[in-house]
Amino acid sequence: MLANANRLTPYLFLAPAVAVMAVALLYPIGYMIWASFLDWNPSQRIGEADFVGLRNYVDLLGDAAFRESFWVTIRFAAIVVAFEMVLGVGLALLLDRELRGMTLLRTVFILPMMIAPIVVGLVWRYMYHPTVGTFNRVLDDLGLPSAPWLSDGDWAFASVVIADVWQWTPFIFILSLAALQSLPRSAIEAARIDGATGWQMIRHIKIPLMMPVLIVTALLRMIDAFKVLEVILVLTNGGPGLSTEILALRISRTASEFRELGYAAAMSNLLLILLLVLTLAMFGYTRLTEARTARLARAREIEVG
Amino acid sequence: MPRIRFDRVEKSFGRTLVLPPLDLTLEDGEFTVLVGPSGCGKSTTLRLVAGLETLSGGEIWFDDRAIGKLEPKDRDVAMVFQDYALYPHMNIARNMSFALRLARQPKARIDSEVRRVAEMLNIAHLLERKPAELSGGQRQRVAMGRAMVRDAGVFLFDEPLSNLDAKLRARMRTELAEMRDTIDKNMIYVTHDQIEAMTLGDRIVVMNEGTIQQQGTAEDLFANPVNRFVAGFIGSPAMNFLDGEITGDRVAGDGFDLLLPAPLARRAEAAAGRRVEVGIRPSHIVLDGGAPIDLRVVVSEYLGAQSVLVTRCGAAEMRAEIASEDRIPTGETRRFGILTDDIMLFDRETGARL
Repeated sequence: MLANANRLTPYLFLAPAVAVMAVALLYPIGYMIWASFLDWNPSQRIGEADFVGLRNYVDLLGDAAFRESFWVTIRFAAIVVAFEMVLGVGLALLLDRELRGMTLLRTVFILPMMIAPIVVGLVWRYMYHPTVGTFNRVLDDLGLPSAPWLSDGDWAFASVVIADVWQWTPFIFILSLAALQSLPRSAIEAARIDGATGWQMIRHIKIPLMMPVLIVTALLRMIDAFKVLEVILVLTNGGPGLSTEILALRISRTASEFRELGYAAAMSNLLLILLLVLTLAMFGYTRLTEARTARLARAREIEVG
Repeated sequence: MPRIRFDRVEKSFGRTLVLPPLDLTLEDGEFTVLVGPSGCGKSTTLRLVAGLETLSGGEIWFDDRAIGKLEPKDRDVAMVFQDYALYPHMNIARNMSFALRLARQPKARIDSEVRRVAEMLNIAHLLERKPAELSGGQRQRVAMGRAMVRDAGVFLFDEPLSNLDAKLRARMRTELAEMRDTIDKNMIYVTHDQIEAMTLGDRIVVMNEGTIQQQGTAEDLFANPVNRFVAGFIGSPAMNFLDGEITGDRVAGDGFDLLLPAPLARRAEAAAGRRVEVGIRPSHIVLDGGAPIDLRVVVSEYLGAQSVLVTRCGAAEMRAEIASEDRIPTGETRRFGILTDDIMLFDRETGARL
C-alpha cells in the first residue's frame, strides 16, 4: 500500500507541469486538427462550422495548385539546404585557422543570420529592382542586358534561393566551425604526420569526423526551410504565377484571401506530418549513433573484464 | 636513420619563451629520452622535430638536411601520441594503413605490412574493430603499430604510456624496451616519469625550464648529477637534501654534523663558510656503521623486501631505504649511519654540485 503510494508520488508532483504543457502545446495542435475536419470561414465561430470529415484532405489530393506549391517547397528546401551546406562547410574549413582578424571576419560572416527575415526580403527586393536595383545597374554598367530577377518564373525562384542562401549559410557556417574546432586535435596532427595534405585531411579526417553534426545541422535547416515565409512573401509574394508559392504562403493565402480555414488547417497538418517525419529521422539518427556508441562501450568492457 | 642536431633552437609562444637557444645532438640509432617536470619544454622540443610547431629561431638538422621549414609529412618521422590520436571513424587496419594508403602503396604490400606489424604487437585479431571498441592498452598498441608500419627514419613518442594504469604501464614499458632492441631507428621519447627514462633510454636528457640540465646514460645521471635538480629528479625514492654550512672539513646543520671524506673536503674548501645543501640518497642511510646521525622515524612505508622510512632530521624530512626484515618501530628517535663517501654537496644559490 505504502510502496504503491511512493511509486505514484513522483507522478503526482509532475502532474501540474504536465497538465500545463499539455494544454499549451497540444491545445493549438488539437484545435488545428479539429479545424481540418470543418468547412469553416472566418466569419463563423468554430462551433457554427459544418463538419465535413476528411473532405478537405480528399480535396487537397486533387488540388493542382496545392500540389504545385508542395513541389515548389520541396524543391526550394532541397536546393537551398544543398547550397548552404556546401558553402557553409566550405567557409568553415577555410576560416578554421588562427590568423589575425579572423574573429572579426567570422563575426562579419554570421551577420546575415541576425537580420530579421522581413528586412532581408526588403533589402533584396530593392537590389533585385528591375531599373534602380543594384544587380541590374551593375549589369548595365558592364554593358550586359538586364535580368528579369523577379518577373520571370525561373529567375524568381533562383532569386529567392539566392536570398535564402545569403541569409542562412551563416547558420551552417557557425555550427560547422564549432564542430571543426572541437575535433580531436591530436588525430589531426597524427594525420599531418601520416602525410595527409589539405584536401586529403578534409576528405579523410575532418568531414567524416564532423558527419554527425553535419547531418543534424542539415536536418534542422531543412525543417526550417520547409516553413520559410517572410523573405518570399516580400520578394515575390509567390509569383510570378505559382513559381515561388511555397506552402506557408499558400496556407496563409488560403486562410486569409480564400477564407477557407478548414482547408488551410488541412494543409498545415500535412506540412506538420512532413516535418514530423524529418524530425523523427533526426532523432532516429541520433539514437542510432548513441546506440552504436553504447554498443562499442559494452564491447570494450567485455574486452577489459 | 639520420643523426639529429638542434642548432640554437628557440621557441616562444607569443611573448612566452619556452625554449631558450637549445643545442643537442642525437646520434644515429639511439633511443633518447627527454625527461623533466611538466612545462620543462620536452614536449615542445619533440613537436618541433615532428613539425607540429614552428621554430622561432635556430635550425634542426637531419644529417645535413635542414628540416625546420618542412611540413611534417616531408620529414620522414612517425609519432605516437599521449592520447593515441587514433582516427575514430576508421577500423584498426585502416588506422594503421592510413599513411601507406596516402602514399599510394600497392594494396598487397599495405595488407602484408599491416598484418606483419599487427602480429608483432598481438593486435591482429582486432584489425576489423573501431578504436572505441578497444581497451586503453590495445589502443596504445595500435598507435605504436601505426607508427611502425610507416617505417620512418625517426620515431617520436610523446608520453605514450601516461594514460595507462600502473600495471599496464609497467608491462608496456618492458615491451617497449624489447622493441627498442629490435628496431634500429632513431627514437626520441618524452616522459615526465624518471623510471621510464632510466629503463628505456640509451641516453637521457634531463630538462628543466626549457634548458638541458644534463645528458648521459642512466648510470651517469644517477652517480654523477651535475646539479641539485638532476640529483633530485633522477632516482627513486628521491635524494634527501639538508641545509648545511661548511666549516673546515665538516659540514653541519640542524641535527647533523658530518666529517667530509678527503676528496669532497678538498672540493668544498673553496666554498668554506658558504651555505650548501647536502644530498644523501635514501640507500646511503644505513642502520649500522657510517657517520652517526639521530633520526626520528615518523612513518614506515612497507614495499616488500624494502621499506622506506620517513624520518625527521631536525625540521627536515629524510627518507631512508632499508631491508624490511630490520623492523624499525615508528615514533622513536634512533641512531642511523650515513655513508659519507657517497654524499654530494650543492651550492644553495646556484644549485651547482661542488
